[in-house]
Amino acid sequence: MLNRLTISEVTAKVSRREASAREVTQACLDQIQRVDGQVKAFLSYDSADALAQAAAIDAAIANGANHTDKPLLGVPIAMKDVLSVKGQPLGCASKILEGFTSVYDATVVEKLKAAGAIVFGRLNMDEFAMGSSTENSAYFTTRNPWDTSRIPGGSSGGSAASVSADECIASLGSDTGGSIRQPAALCGCVGLKPTYGRVSRYGLVAFASSLDQIGPFTKDVRDAATLLEVISGHDLRDSTSIPQPVPHYRGALTGNIKGLKIGLAKEYMVGGLDPEVKASVDAAVKQLESMGAEIVEVSLPHTEYAVATYYIVATAEASANLARFDGIRYSKRVDGGNPAELYKNTRGAGFGPEVKRRIILGTYVLSSGYYDAFYLRAQKVRTLIRQDFDKAFEKVDVIVTPTTPTAAFRAGEKSADPLQMYLSDIFTISCNLAGNCGLSLPCGFTKEPKLPIGLQMLGKPFGEETLLRIAHAYEQATGWHQEKSPFSK
Amino acid sequence: MSADFNVHYVANLARIALTPEEEAKLGTQLGGVLQYIEKLGELDVKAVEPTAHSFPLVNVLRADEVRPSLPHEDALRNAPSKGGGLFLVPKIVE
Repeated sequence: MLNRLTISEVTAKVSRREASAREVTQACLDQIQRVDGQVKAFLSYDSADALAQAAAIDAAIANGANHTDKPLLGVPIAMKDVLSVKGQPLGCASKILEGFTSVYDATVVEKLKAAGAIVFGRLNMDEFAMGSSTENSAYFTTRNPWDTSRIPGGSSGGSAASVSADECIASLGSDTGGSIRQPAALCGCVGLKPTYGRVSRYGLVAFASSLDQIGPFTKDVRDAATLLEVISGHDLRDSTSIPQPVPHYRGALTGNIKGLKIGLAKEYMVGGLDPEVKASVDAAVKQLESMGAEIVEVSLPHTEYAVATYYIVATAEASANLARFDGIRYSKRVDGGNPAELYKNTRGAGFGPEVKRRIILGTYVLSSGYYDAFYLRAQKVRTLIRQDFDKAFEKVDVIVTPTTPTAAFRAGEKSADPLQMYLSDIFTISCNLAGNCGLSLPCGFTKEPKLPIGLQMLGKPFGEETLLRIAHAYEQATGWHQEKSPFSK
Repeated sequence: MSADFNVHYVANLARIALTPEEEAKLGTQLGGVLQYIEKLGELDVKAVEPTAHSFPLVNVLRADEVRPSLPHEDALRNAPSKGGGLFLVPKIVE
């Protein structure tokens, strides 16, 4: 049962010597054995390595290590297959990286290990983080622990499903257009996308460098605060990481939200929004108001242009970033008559359909004659989207929206039509374009079948403390996070 | 803008070999996506500055001193073809 615990509960038990790091780790591995045949969250995991890390931590505890210095002592945390962990496979759920072994630790991995966490597992995702369902994984589709006929969301679908199925205590994922918040919403856990530059991207395989951020998946808001505090901070190895001090995020969880101003964006309560999702979000807003928050209507008038802007900016950056997978220094090689043929054959055989689609689109919008019409124009619209948020945040502390227009959809439902899949990210995409922080947490369930509904809170740049304070107060007042998926045992 | 979108030509620029079936399918799908993103043409952006980065930092520098870097053998560890401490590639210059 140790696998069901939160970070706070595990660290309390471990510090009181009621459980060892080894027992907690073994409980997670046992749960994976029991349920992952159905959930399919993990591409792979190295039990021996995880248990060896746990044994080293137990030895350190016996020698006096404590949670004041190492806040994650004894906590097993699983990794999306896009983060570099030295000596472990790194594949981005792509055939092109089959057999690749990381040769260094990502900064977030270094930080987690230094804080006493057991870093383990390779969590499934859409190939190169491109997708909203894990159906673009080159290996298999992860299943939603609440209903295995449905997708867990994406691209960090494995990260969300593994937390909801209690296969780990928490996990990390990455968010370029909603890839943390959307799966967290669909699987019923807490997902946080930090402000751009808050967390170092060193050791994160780049998809769209001006949008990507690493963030936590947790079972409650306090755990998100704990993990964010560990992984945040300036890093010399990421020139886009921002030199700002890291606050004590858990200190922000006061439970008091009186007088805070919460914005409702009229553009987000639009057609296509499922009635049950709308009802849950409306109820959440009433709840926040009853706790003393002031509700203010705001406008984000360029919302309808966000998806189009995103699919130009993100694909353009991806086409440049993924040029490195050429069969020369790493990745599988497929030979050709000359170097150009080698590249083309390697990439033609190694990339899946969605990755090809996006690289080709990105190449097109950057190509001679189209740059101004597509890429430059999108960058300008990005300015307008950012200005929308700047104006709104002059009036309010956070903006509350649904995380997704519907609860989890069925596997296969949208995979044939890429545009429909892209449009399912409508509520999460603007946050990345603007660079703000955002969080999703459970705010209710659909009736039949019972599926989680996510509430999204968008914060100011470096406004994570306020975001976490409001989310925590809401969570403690409603208790939605205590509802567990059928796989949680 | 997208009437002249030529998948074959752009795939070559992107150095991705496509089968004829892939080309046909991608052409149709991307045609739809391009039509959708042309929506941005509705906006007047003449006076708007482009955003490349949300929080652009300029002149991010560090002291010019030697620091530990990836050991040679680690850099070669995942190479599909290597020899003599080097990546092996097909002949480029005739």
